[in-house]
Amino acid sequence: MGQARDDYVLDLTASRRGYALNRMCLSLKDAANRERFSADEAAYCDSYGLSPEQKKAVLERDWTGMLDLGASIFYTYKLAMMDQKSMQYLGGVFTGITAEEFAAALRSGGRKFG
Amino acid sequence: MAEVSWGLATSHVPSIGAAMDQGKTGDEYWKPLFDGYAPAREWMAEHTPDVAIVVYNDHANAVDLDLVPTFGIGTAESYQVADEGWGRRPVPVVRGAPELSEHLVCELVDEGFDLATFHRLDVDHGLTVPLSVYCPEPGEAWPCRVIPLLVNVIQYPQPTAARCYALGQALGRAIRSFPGAEKVAVFGTGGMSHQLAGARAGLINSEFDRMYLQAIETEPAKLAALSREDYIRLAGTEGIELIMWLVMRGALSDNIRRVHETYHVPASNTAAGLALFEELGA
Repeated sequence: MGQARDDYVLDLTASRRGYALNRMCLSLKDAANRERFSADEAAYCDSYGLSPEQKKAVLERDWTGMLDLGASIFYTYKLAMMDQKSMQYLGGVFTGITAEEFAAALRSGGRKFG
Repeated sequence: MAEVSWGLATSHVPSIGAAMDQGKTGDEYWKPLFDGYAPAREWMAEHTPDVAIVVYNDHANAVDLDLVPTFGIGTAESYQVADEGWGRRPVPVVRGAPELSEHLVCELVDEGFDLATFHRLDVDHGLTVPLSVYCPEPGEAWPCRVIPLLVNVIQYPQPTAARCYALGQALGRAIRSFPGAEKVAVFGTGGMSHQLAGARAGLINSEFDRMYLQAIETEPAKLAALSREDYIRLAGTEGIELIMWLVMRGALSDNIRRVHETYHVPASNTAAGLALFEELGA
């Protein structure tokens, strides 16, 4: 797993790079697609034309890797929801702490800059 | 002529809607937030508009990355509640106001705002959570008709804050030129400190948020002068949603009264703010 950058801004370069990945994640809003994905994740990724790197990141749930490959958090969150993973869990992954530590930091007024 | 009667700025965090849907508003975690809403809700319940124009952004539910309109507006008779991947929220279908939508499209295009028009639009939490903030128990139907007004805040470059403020000013003029007796409320939604991804995830800049809550009433031009990079730096990559508050503020005049405000951290991974303004007459 890589280290997260400070900011992931979905500019047009990122949007182009992440197109297949984001499109695949978007499809998971439909229950039938969630079933197809769960039945064979690799084949489902292939059917959406993910690059080998994107497919690997999805199969390994490398959330930071997905961001580096053009993913938007609003799209990958649909994949996280399938895994019953909360936004606090993802926040922990991006910042190198547990979901509980992340939630506690928010309850204490949030994480600060730097 | 139609009139703008009030403006509401409110965050649209999905878990705020989930807390209401799951009966958790009295829990220790959520009670302070919902207690903060109470005075605004009481006032709004006594000042029911005929139409609410809800300025919001879709979150990968009705709009995908194939086509990203900078600004869009719903023109339909009704809008279904979106299934965002975990089932539709148990809230009423949203009834539209197509005659007013058409008027707004014509007026705003004439003013140079080239809006995309949505005849079919499933509305996600960005729109339904603010409606629930306004009216927590709608029963069979929401208490007013609704026009969704969409702003791209997800894909860079987002419209500038200044452009959003100018859109709001044009929107206010367009509402006031509609030949009807409708009372119209304008919602500016989303926003406050808000970063979901990356190493800065979970950042909260309460100082900036509180400045914004104050300045949205008295110094909107100052907020409109901030660059998108300023918003991302100061409020987080998703904190740029605050530019949608400026559309609401632009639709109001300078003759307004602050009815209520509240600010709370956290709502899920973000800060949540609310500010309610009564229009005293343009």
